[in-house]
Amino acid sequence: MATGHSMGAVRPHRIIAFVGGALLFLALLVAVTLPAAAQSVPTAADPFAAAVQALDARKFSDKATAVDALGALGDERAIAVLQAFADGRLYRHKADKIVIIADRAGDGFKLTSPVTGEPAGTATSREIKKIIANNKLRGQIRGVLGQLALFSPDADERLEAARNVIASPPDDALALLKRARDRETVSKIRETLETGIAVFELASDDRALRLAAVATLADRSDPDIKSALEQRLLEVDGDAVEPDAEVRTALREAVDDIDDRLALFGLAENLIFGLSLGSVLLLAAIGLAITFGVMGVINMAHGEMIMLGAYTTFIVQEIFRSTMPPEIFGMYVLVSIPAAFIVAAAFGVLIERGCIRFLYGRPLETLLATWGVSLILQQLVRTLFGANNREVANPDWISGAVAFGGGVSVTVNRIYIIIFCIMVVAALAAFIRYSRFGLQMRAVTQNRGMASAMGIRTGRVDALTFALGSGIAGVAGVALSQISNVSPNLGQNFIVDSFMVVVFGGVGSIWGTIVGAFSLGIVNKFLEPVSGAILGKVIVLVLIILFIQKRPRGLFALKGRAAES
Amino acid sequence: MFKSLKTIAAASVLAGSLAMSASAQAADTIKVGILHSLSGTMAISETALKDVMLFLIDEQNKKGGLLGKQIEAVVVDPASDWPLFAEKARELIEQHKVDVVFGNWTSVSRKSVLPVFEELNGMLFYPVQYEGEESSRNIFYTGAAPNQQAIPAVEYLMSEDGGEAKRWVLAGTDYVYPRTTNKILEAFLKAKGVPAEDIMVNYTPFGHSDWQTIVSDIKKFAAAGKKTAVVSTINGDANVPFYKELANQGIKAEDIPVVAFSVGEEELAGIDTGPLVGHLAAWNYFMSVDAPENDALISKWHDFIGSDKRVFNDPMEAHYIGFNMWAQAVEQAGSTSVDAVRQAMYGQEVPNLTGGVAVMNTNHHLSKPVLIGEIQDDGQFATVWETDGVVVGDAWSDFIPESAKLTADWTYPWVCGNCEKPKYLTN
Repeated sequence: MATGHSMGAVRPHRIIAFVGGALLFLALLVAVTLPAAAQSVPTAADPFAAAVQALDARKFSDKATAVDALGALGDERAIAVLQAFADGRLYRHKADKIVIIADRAGDGFKLTSPVTGEPAGTATSREIKKIIANNKLRGQIRGVLGQLALFSPDADERLEAARNVIASPPDDALALLKRARDRETVSKIRETLETGIAVFELASDDRALRLAAVATLADRSDPDIKSALEQRLLEVDGDAVEPDAEVRTALREAVDDIDDRLALFGLAENLIFGLSLGSVLLLAAIGLAITFGVMGVINMAHGEMIMLGAYTTFIVQEIFRSTMPPEIFGMYVLVSIPAAFIVAAAFGVLIERGCIRFLYGRPLETLLATWGVSLILQQLVRTLFGANNREVANPDWISGAVAFGGGVSVTVNRIYIIIFCIMVVAALAAFIRYSRFGLQMRAVTQNRGMASAMGIRTGRVDALTFALGSGIAGVAGVALSQISNVSPNLGQNFIVDSFMVVVFGGVGSIWGTIVGAFSLGIVNKFLEPVSGAILGKVIVLVLIILFIQKRPRGLFALKGRAAES
Repeated sequence: MFKSLKTIAAASVLAGSLAMSASAQAADTIKVGILHSLSGTMAISETALKDVMLFLIDEQNKKGGLLGKQIEAVVVDPASDWPLFAEKARELIEQHKVDVVFGNWTSVSRKSVLPVFEELNGMLFYPVQYEGEESSRNIFYTGAAPNQQAIPAVEYLMSEDGGEAKRWVLAGTDYVYPRTTNKILEAFLKAKGVPAEDIMVNYTPFGHSDWQTIVSDIKKFAAAGKKTAVVSTINGDANVPFYKELANQGIKAEDIPVVAFSVGEEELAGIDTGPLVGHLAAWNYFMSVDAPENDALISKWHDFIGSDKRVFNDPMEAHYIGFNMWAQAVEQAGSTSVDAVRQAMYGQEVPNLTGGVAVMNTNHHLSKPVLIGEIQDDGQFATVWETDGVVVGDAWSDFIPESAKLTADWTYPWVCGNCEKPKYLTN
């Protein structure tokens, strides 16, 4: 690490911030006033090095000036530096005040020179100090980087850059976007650029251009564009922003068109959100549908089985993190599924053999005993793992969102949960329908005495059914760990909803649970935008109570002798 | 037979001597009650506060205790159950005869113990940021009042550095702290000229986990072409799924910053903070603050707790300030009598951990600096703004008309927590 740099480095950064663009002059000044420093480090005379050094200013406004100056140099090296700054990887070496890029490596940091791009040794966290960027600065950097990347050979980078330039436009954005559009060959990026240009041209002095812009924007379905059009329809001090009557009519029609499409998208959005909430409810409740529905056991510790599944996911994640190469870290979720099933099923057997089997036929005692078990499990987890939330990271392949246009986007993890939920339910239904154990389970449910007479060991079937229900709850915990927080209270948040689903769907019916979960999810999501989250929940609860009055056995009532006893 | 009799005799002698040693000990120690939930929903936040109290008491004992006596901690678990808080408070004061209590997190639990402390003339130190609108003779509020947290945070977001937000989402959990804070903020925003259609208020139940609709609504609200900011008073467990949904729907802090009043280092320990970089929190203390007092205390804390992964947060600093102030006031009064210590508390100064000095005011609130920090990828905050000096905690908000008239001052001639006129008029 070159130390001669330091004296030349501190002084210019204030001046640059003050003067702004006159970088070359300043660098020369440094070279003249501090020849020793300039000699030992030839790059001190480099305007780029000086511009990088200027980023280490005290005030955010000075940093902002330095970012613009660095971008204005048009130097390709600036991309890496600005990216590092936005990512929080730009540091100051405390000893010689030099600006460097530092990446975490083990306990310390690996340093890279921002000027040469070469490795520059290592440092401990005490030797360097982060140069802090705030939101405003990061937005500005995004705009500057966008300008630089708008002509990148990589199409994805160009699309991202186009979006960034439109989101935080520089002074000459219109000219820049037009230049990029003329060279653009990929139609999707061209469309994005044209949208951006049209938004700017809405404010053009040329009436024809304004009309053309409205025509371009009229078939987009984006709330941002709608509000851009509406801005032109506003009145400021009695005068309309848009002076021309014909353009105003076109604007109004365009806004109405977009409104109609957005309303449709809104419906679709609520439906997707409802399916997603429904799948979460279904996952949480399906295990209960077995223990409560099939066995008639009111298991208040059901939520804790979900929690155990989530903690198993956490443990598997930690094992992967410490023993596996980072490339396959994302696979921990897949390994967690069987692990969570086994752990929760084992606890299920333990609870059934140790407690519930002595209480069959006594629902009130079962309720109280399992409530006690749930408190014991919660406190056990709290003692073992601490009261804090544990961090379960979303692997990259289940992060992010899928945009459907019209401002509707659904997060990837929710989509996976819908798919996962369908797979779990299908596997469970097939297992109960086709396996030997499933047959025994159904036999015991329908007529315990007869099943026993036929040679089925009913005690064993009870234990295994309970294990199955608990295991599935554990698997639900894996999914919930991806969207909720992993804390000892995780289960409590879902137990009431789970009972609601099972009771509404019809005790003992897997189908009822499926239909119940999805209808509750969808009703909830259609109510929420109208009534708010709290009133929405209340309304759903009232509806269920009214429904149960009418149909005490739920949506899908079991028919037959056993069910009526 | 003989043997078992002997055992019983031995056991009873042992039990007797234990009881005697316990009572003997009680006479020459000073007892400090710790009233924090160690189980139930609030254990996530409150367990660390119990730990920090044990740490502070241990530190004080190493220095020779107080008034020549050792300090003894009495820990009880109110189990996140609000009525149980009142019972446990009574138990601490009446049965254990503690000289002071440090405790509570939620406002509802504080409201539940308040009548007990007033009835039995106890002393409580309450370390959490809260909605204000209260000043009890028997409670010292060492956390932030709204004017020490919420108002400066909104002012920052309105400033040039904060991004000049023009449209506001006030999102909170549905209980007393968010409702009161949002009432104050709404009045403040309107006073600053923000029209009603640019303010969206949203409440969710405790532990809300499905944020799809609300995050999507926030996105739509923000698409109106004005810079939008979210002020979050979302409490506890609901934060993790909220931030996860924000991150997954691709909302970046540069576009829609979220400033939170209930999210600190402890809460971030449960989240992958990579996608949250830039979202903000307003507190009076951050663990990352570069001050020698802070570094020294954190390394002692890590030695005590036996792990250098444990974080230190704002309510923990509030207990640090509160405990040291109480200890100084006891030394000054030469007694642990509640009335004497209370008088000695006024104007008491102790160094805070951010390089300044905390002062106890006569309205039972502290003077503290206000810091705004952005979340970093390591789960810590980087301070991006702070007040020039300290801000005096205001028990009654100036932005609620009926509160603006009230004064809290427990010295002569006021001697009142919510009066329009001094109790003892001099003329």
